[in-house]
Amino acid sequence: MRAFTYERATSAAGAAAAVAHHAGAKFLGGGTNLLDLMKLEIETPTHLVDIQDLKLDQIEATHDGGLRIGAFVSNTTLSANPRVRRDYAVLTRAIQAGASGQLRNKATTAGNLLQRTRCPYFYDTNQPCNKRTPGSGCAAIGGYSRQLAVIGTSDTCIATYPGDMAVALRALDATVETVDATGATRVIPIADFHRLPGATPEIDTVLNHGELITAVTLPKPVGGAHIYRKVRDRASYAFALVSVAAVVQPDGSGRVAFGGVAPKPWRSAAADAAIPHGAAAVVEQAFAGARPTHDNSFKLTLAKRTLAAAMAQVRTA
Amino acid sequence: MKFDTPAGINPIDRMAVVGKPHDRVDGARKVTGTAPYAYERHDVVPDALYGFILGAAIAKGRITGIDTAHAQAMPGVRAIVTYQNAGKLTLGSKNTAKLLAGPEVEHYHQAVALVVADSFEKARAAAAAIHVDYGRAAGHFDLAAAAKSAKSDGGEDEDGSKSPPIDRIGDFAGAFAAAPVTLDATYTTPDEAHAMMEPFATTAAWTGDALTVWTANQMIAWTREDLATTLGLPKDKVRVDSPFVGGGFGGKLFLRADAVLAALGAKATGRPVKIAMQRPLMFNNSTHRPATIQRIRLGADRSGKLTAIAHECTSGNLPGGSPETATDQTKLLYAAPNRLTAQHLAVLDLPEGNAMRAPGEASGLMALEIAMDEMAEKLGMDPVEFRIINDTQVDPEKPERPFSQRQLIKCLRDGAATFGWSARDARPGRRRDGDHLIGLGVASAFRNNINFKSAARVRLGRDGVVTVETDMTDIGTGSYTIIAQTAAEMMGVGIDRVVVRLGDSDFPVSAGSGGQWGANSSTSGVYAACVKLREAVAARLGFNAPDPDFIDGHVRSGNRSVALADAAKDGDLVAEDTMSWSGLSRKYQQSTFGAHFVEVAVDAYTGEIRVRRMLAVCAAGRILNPKTARSQVIGAMTMGVGGALMEELVVDKRFGFFVNHDLAGYEVPVHADIPHQEVVFLDEADDKVSPMKAKGVGELGLCGVGAAIANAVYNATGVRIRDYPLTLDKHLDWLPTV
Repeated sequence: MRAFTYERATSAAGAAAAVAHHAGAKFLGGGTNLLDLMKLEIETPTHLVDIQDLKLDQIEATHDGGLRIGAFVSNTTLSANPRVRRDYAVLTRAIQAGASGQLRNKATTAGNLLQRTRCPYFYDTNQPCNKRTPGSGCAAIGGYSRQLAVIGTSDTCIATYPGDMAVALRALDATVETVDATGATRVIPIADFHRLPGATPEIDTVLNHGELITAVTLPKPVGGAHIYRKVRDRASYAFALVSVAAVVQPDGSGRVAFGGVAPKPWRSAAADAAIPHGAAAVVEQAFAGARPTHDNSFKLTLAKRTLAAAMAQVRTA
Repeated sequence: MKFDTPAGINPIDRMAVVGKPHDRVDGARKVTGTAPYAYERHDVVPDALYGFILGAAIAKGRITGIDTAHAQAMPGVRAIVTYQNAGKLTLGSKNTAKLLAGPEVEHYHQAVALVVADSFEKARAAAAAIHVDYGRAAGHFDLAAAAKSAKSDGGEDEDGSKSPPIDRIGDFAGAFAAAPVTLDATYTTPDEAHAMMEPFATTAAWTGDALTVWTANQMIAWTREDLATTLGLPKDKVRVDSPFVGGGFGGKLFLRADAVLAALGAKATGRPVKIAMQRPLMFNNSTHRPATIQRIRLGADRSGKLTAIAHECTSGNLPGGSPETATDQTKLLYAAPNRLTAQHLAVLDLPEGNAMRAPGEASGLMALEIAMDEMAEKLGMDPVEFRIINDTQVDPEKPERPFSQRQLIKCLRDGAATFGWSARDARPGRRRDGDHLIGLGVASAFRNNINFKSAARVRLGRDGVVTVETDMTDIGTGSYTIIAQTAAEMMGVGIDRVVVRLGDSDFPVSAGSGGQWGANSSTSGVYAACVKLREAVAARLGFNAPDPDFIDGHVRSGNRSVALADAAKDGDLVAEDTMSWSGLSRKYQQSTFGAHFVEVAVDAYTGEIRVRRMLAVCAAGRILNPKTARSQVIGAMTMGVGGALMEELVVDKRFGFFVNHDLAGYEVPVHADIPHQEVVFLDEADDKVSPMKAKGVGELGLCGVGAAIANAVYNATGVRIRDYPLTLDKHLDWLPTV
């Protein structure tokens, strides 16, 4: 771990300014990912701005019937919230499928969105990794890629976005609210929040340096059956090989996002439109143009079968 | 004391203390955090400096330059040890690769430097600031590719002698060709990590030219010897103390880099130094269970009698390393007149392969017991019955050698009845529970019994307390407790009147912990010392009878009864002895047996495999403590679930290292993976193995678990997976359409 300085911000715009004016600065939320990465010198911030005093820990109703979730709300609190459980059950199920009770107590809503990839080559600083060290190469391409992405990849990076919560947020059409050093705010649709790697895999999201997430907003409830199905090699405490967040309406229409398959939660309008035609049709649309490796081509079959399981669950629910 | 004739009736047979499910005598210390582990020896070594190990960034090649100047200048850094300033280091007799690299690098994450600093964080930061230049050399990292050039190597027998590389009995080729029912299949097992909870850890301090290491180690005498060799010290200048060990599984059998580097760091700074190896180094800077490629051929007549058995295994290792002896059990488990077992060893430039819990049998049974399941199906026989009709009561290679005790058939029959085996449908893929395919599987368990020389010292104090000292280790197995029970039984006192002190090289040399030999061997050493102490007590108290009884804190013969403590009222009585073995293991094959039964559920959509219930029936001689023995077996069953379903050190065949080198990437079972587990011990006492009449269970519990799971998965799905671990991608394409 490199030496760094630390401050506790007292306002959101102030926090944004503190990071914006310091080239190597980062925000610190629950620290469940950032601090681990700092110990391994994968992240080497020179300054940390702690946002725990900003009172971003509220969940409140929005005027249009949705929910506004403060950036600092913990995963545990969010997943247990009665309105979330009632109206956005796919979110509760996704959060509870991730990590462990201890980690969920500490992990925050904004921090979880910013969780970095779990690609093993990203974690080993002896190995080339374009996401960790731009231009160094990608050891995962041609290496051990069973867990990695099958679509949305580039010739520089095949890492997955590892989280569960964001997959549900993608299915729910959440938006991400931010503030910058000038106090200006913007609202980013979750669909646009995470980037594909292209030639710059080191940039995970569209956030600018010094732009602070203040909240995640859910639109008004859409009803339907809410399913989150996560498939992994062991029963708990593992990242998804494939996960499916699905919301299916009584008329058979719905929306579906996939996790564990791409650099971002993966959803497409064409795939949603295919839901009435069954899992195979959805996966054909969602994964058109997929470029799996030898190690992870099974994820295409698994995605189809997992979605079929989710849809069967809807029918029997 | 020499054990060379079968045991008669002795004080252990009373089983007033031995054989009872006593709680661990060290349990309270562990759960209150007062048991001293190697990295936390503030009690004896205050103010230790912190060491941090830098691992090599390449698998094979040379260090062409090390720049430590920047790191050396960082705050709090006291010393940096590399091959350039470490002095001469000699390879220990039990190490294959050097514990400090330089200039050549033999494997990935081989230690390149140690930084010693005032805090862990400062040492870690400085280690990251060391710049090392390497010249990378080509290496062999792919077992399947290297297998073509593998040489025959039988490995070592239990007594350390070389086994024949190819063992032939009868005419395998002829019998196999003539057999009406045959199987020829190849199975693979991956490299596996011990992944014990406590990493390698050592606190080291020098007093003049004498070194003490408080470390986490299973084999105190081996490690003392190899540490002395490595550092060029006389053995009597090295003390190794390892009273508590947070898991080993074979990973802590040997001297490792933590102990050597802590000693060098302490020498360089003149201060005590402590090191706990960081988790990401624990997978490449350690030994591991080597991957295997196993070909099995079975031939049988139509009645199901095996006529031909062949088992060939290929594994790899660093030059000078040994093979994974995965054919061991095949020499002994089933009858057949024509047999062939062979082992091949390829050179690989991966980290050293070596013992991990049930080395040989664990991997070998993962293959053999699938093959038996496949063969039973070909024969149209129940797999339990198929095993039973091929049982043998003698060593099939040397029929003049009977087994000392062998109740494999009873294990299988009792297990089948207890588990409800008759509910199994022999036709795979027929049983469903909602969205799950349900299957049952069985496998035999087999692990040889090994006895090692073991010594102990026993002291009777004037307060009547019996103190046992031996360098035996307790790696979570329950050694403290069974040794206390043994001494209590022998001296006729309650277990609360016994103090057990372990793991110190100043104590008499024991068998140590490994190969499931520890329980029987170390308690036999305590038995021997107690026999001597009883003689001393009897003499001191003036008993003329040859063998008075020691019961309830008294010594009795005829009408005379004297308090035991009276024998020490004029001073402690001390006795020391060594148990050694000769003869009986040549005359009788000594092994442990069991049967594993497993029920699995396979998600018909996703192919996810989850174990629903498990049963182990074990025949392992006298069970010294049913509670700690059960803990050993359920822990082993849990490890078996990991080996069957998820554990694999993934080799990057380009760069030559285990990629998933942390506990996020190397998955072991979590609580949610482990269902109801049941363990049954047959009531046995094996008089051919020791006066304790006990054998080991800690490795038996693992042997066969993987195959029982694999067979249950096949029964559930009808898709046979022959490559471990059984992950869902290996059968997904063949599962029923959804």
